[in-house]
Amino acid sequence: MHTLSLRELADGLARAQFSSEELTQHFLKRIAAHNPTLNAYITVLEDHALAAARNADEMRASGENSLLLGIPLAHKDIFCTNGVRTSCGSKMLDNFIAPYNATIVDKLATAGMVTLGKTNMDEFAMGSSNETSYYGPVRNPWNTNCVPGGSSGGSAAAVAAGLAPAATGTDTGGSIRQPSALCNLTGLKPTYGRVSRYGMIAFASSLDQAGPMTRTAEDAALLLQAMAGFDEKDSTSIDCAVPDYSASLNHSLQGKVIGVPKEFFAEGLSDAVADKIREALAEFEKMGATLKDISLPHSHLSIPCYYVIAPAEASTNLSRYDGVRYGHRCDNPLDLADLYTRTREEGFGDEVKRRILVGTYALSAGFYDAYYRKAQRIRRLIKNDFIEAFKEVDMIAGPTSPNPAFALGEKVDDPLTMYLEDMYTIAVNLAGVPALSIPAGMADGKPVGLQLIGRDFCEGDILNAAHQFQLQTDWHKQFAPAFA
Amino acid sequence: MAVSPSDIEKIAHLARIRIAPEQIDSVAERISDILAMVDQMQAVDTDSIPPMANPHDAVQRLRKDEVSESNQRERFQAIAPRTEDGLYLVPKVIE
Repeated sequence: MHTLSLRELADGLARAQFSSEELTQHFLKRIAAHNPTLNAYITVLEDHALAAARNADEMRASGENSLLLGIPLAHKDIFCTNGVRTSCGSKMLDNFIAPYNATIVDKLATAGMVTLGKTNMDEFAMGSSNETSYYGPVRNPWNTNCVPGGSSGGSAAAVAAGLAPAATGTDTGGSIRQPSALCNLTGLKPTYGRVSRYGMIAFASSLDQAGPMTRTAEDAALLLQAMAGFDEKDSTSIDCAVPDYSASLNHSLQGKVIGVPKEFFAEGLSDAVADKIREALAEFEKMGATLKDISLPHSHLSIPCYYVIAPAEASTNLSRYDGVRYGHRCDNPLDLADLYTRTREEGFGDEVKRRILVGTYALSAGFYDAYYRKAQRIRRLIKNDFIEAFKEVDMIAGPTSPNPAFALGEKVDDPLTMYLEDMYTIAVNLAGVPALSIPAGMADGKPVGLQLIGRDFCEGDILNAAHQFQLQTDWHKQFAPAFA
Repeated sequence: MAVSPSDIEKIAHLARIRIAPEQIDSVAERISDILAMVDQMQAVDTDSIPPMANPHDAVQRLRKDEVSESNQRERFQAIAPRTEDGLYLVPKVIE
């Protein structure tokens, strides 16, 4: 049961091949067996999940038959869950019991999904390896000496090892797509504003988006359908009709033009990944699509631009953690200043502190124009690159990540090298456009991800292309051997 | 741009984060490395490019100033480190 897609699980439940309770028990048993190795979950909600599963079974018995009813999933521990610890991977929120649900947590529960638990992540979603988590690193199911990617590393490892059939993630600079690539999943970052951010702990508010992490594009379409939509409670939510994502999955790719940016195949890309990506692109040609060489001329500025905008917004967002209203508080503060500064010294890890300091610097008097304003101007140049490209192409394709999964500890002491892991994903967040990663082959037994980037609000187009690719290939069906 | 240890002390004060004295030098080094990377931006002439704060150039949506939520003070204060009589307690600020 743990290797089946959401679609297959939905069919199994509809045909009464198994109950939601049996399915949930199965995943809980697997979590108990394998989580000590992988550290994918921070919190497992056994009683809560079994109660929700029994409730789903009762609803089905009384005639309810919505597609996702009774299917388990895991939530990244960045989404507030009423009455349940929501840590965001930080000591600062280790004792934080959220008093409300994030909108997407409510939406997926309303769809009948069963929450298995909360997954591990880089602290406050700041990282590309899941090594900045207060709860320790997550291991990659494909090679347990390697990182699963980050920041949604726990969600990726949980789905890749069959400890959940699907999971939610968030993506500020690649945090859904890069771990999906490194763990052989399909992971989608929707258009900025497509999915509500209410109850999703803020990192960089002009970049953050929530999305699905699944085994197949078909599953991503199902989960996105249940997550997407306007939300009054999120002031950045966009009021734009949500199409039927499953309905367009089978459209032909005949005549579609796929842009291949030369900047995504330049210095920094490993040969092993480049080979697999070129093979994948050839597959799209076989399906009738045309490849077109394009340029995104400001790509090389996306990392510098991001490492001003994201830390600046983070320094503002994380100013709320002051030891007064919730979360960690230092012992025996001498005065108010001591309460603030020591609470934050103890509650935040090194990478989070670094980014807060960089952001504070970039926003400080005398440097605001040279850093923050400058980065916002560069951001427009990056967005304009995509606007120009989409005049000529229907979507853009390239690698998700320059390297397959790297060893635990290999880059953790070198932030600048770690930042380069997101060199192909960050521009997408700055531009706000949707993108996904799909399995595209193996390099030394480690998964390689192909990234497809679409026009604003055209998630359906890239899901269609991803699904068509998955009808022709079986990379997405490969399962981490040690956890099969 | 390189930041000095005394710059780090100033920034850390603004950010209300204590940094142990023995760590100031290494933090300054790391932050300087990041700022040097970020400085690649300065090579680009952007004088005529308007800043972009939101990828859709959207502005904050406003709503009518009406009460929409009910008071849940006890519930929210249940997770606070220290409260008394509905107030959050902090060290004495005024003597």
